[in-house]
Amino acid sequence: MRFLIPLILFIVMVGFLAVGLKLDPREVPSPFIGKPTPAFNLPQLADPNKNFGNADLRGQVSLLNVWASWCVSCRQEHPLLLKLAKQNILPIYGLDYKDEREAGMDWLNRLGNPYTVSVFDADGKVGIDWGVYGVPETFVIDKQGVVRHKHTGPITEESWQKTLLPLILQLQKEGSPT
Amino acid sequence: MRIWLIICGIVFGLNVQAVEIRQFDDPAKQQAYENLVKELRCLVCQNQSLADSDADLARDLRTEVYNIIQSGKSEQDAVKFLVDRYGDFVLYKPPLKISTSLLWLGPFGLLLTGLVYLGLLARKRSAGRKNEPALTEEERLRLHELKKRLEG
Repeated sequence: MRFLIPLILFIVMVGFLAVGLKLDPREVPSPFIGKPTPAFNLPQLADPNKNFGNADLRGQVSLLNVWASWCVSCRQEHPLLLKLAKQNILPIYGLDYKDEREAGMDWLNRLGNPYTVSVFDADGKVGIDWGVYGVPETFVIDKQGVVRHKHTGPITEESWQKTLLPLILQLQKEGSPT
Repeated sequence: MRIWLIICGIVFGLNVQAVEIRQFDDPAKQQAYENLVKELRCLVCQNQSLADSDADLARDLRTEVYNIIQSGKSEQDAVKFLVDRYGDFVLYKPPLKISTSLLWLGPFGLLLTGLVYLGLLARKRSAGRKNEPALTEEERLRLHELKKRLEG
């Protein structure tokens, strides 16, 4: 029996290492899950005279996608967002993070605009309030305006099918706000 | 001559760092700020503190910390500001919670396990010695003989 001890220790260690391999250190759990969206009220990207805020997120399940024209991974994610926007499942709101208005508009005009509305966060303060640390980031917001999920990095076909879409469909079935 | 200029440029250039100049109206605030940015983790390059990191976000977060401290609020307020937004992850020293209990208590648990194991082992050894059979008369005589011979 004694000779089994190193073997057991080895197996335990392998177990820990295997779990460690699967953890993504970039996935920092968001403290906002289950909490109301952080308050914001920002000018829209397309029209600085119009504002858009967290109150406008209430009433239906929506996505808030943090993006920027300088962000390489956002470009990678962009075609999928365009596809999702065409499917009309839910409104996708954009938060143009630490960008220049012209560059942001230019990006949307050139590559297509998947966003129902994009707001313009020039100095990144709202981004910090939302705990943004790596664009693109996507938040799923329910009808009550509560953050239900955060996806860090570009949405992929796989993460959309496996995680985001099922959650969105489930949230859409939940009761309307009273 | 020119080569020396280049060498000097390389040698002294290494000491250039990205440091923002922050004006504090109170040295205590400056101390608080400097402590904080060393203790808080940059989310982008995760093995660097806010003080070390050159990332854009780290600079913004340093500014937030600076504004909080400079406005007269406490270090706790600054920490809370970041934890509210980025979670406990920004802290190099995580708080003791159920989810972090293994982290805090694990090493002591391992130490305790080791000590218990060592104690058991020692006990077994000393018990083993006691159980050694006593020498027979014949053996004792032989031992005596050998001793004598060795001591000459």
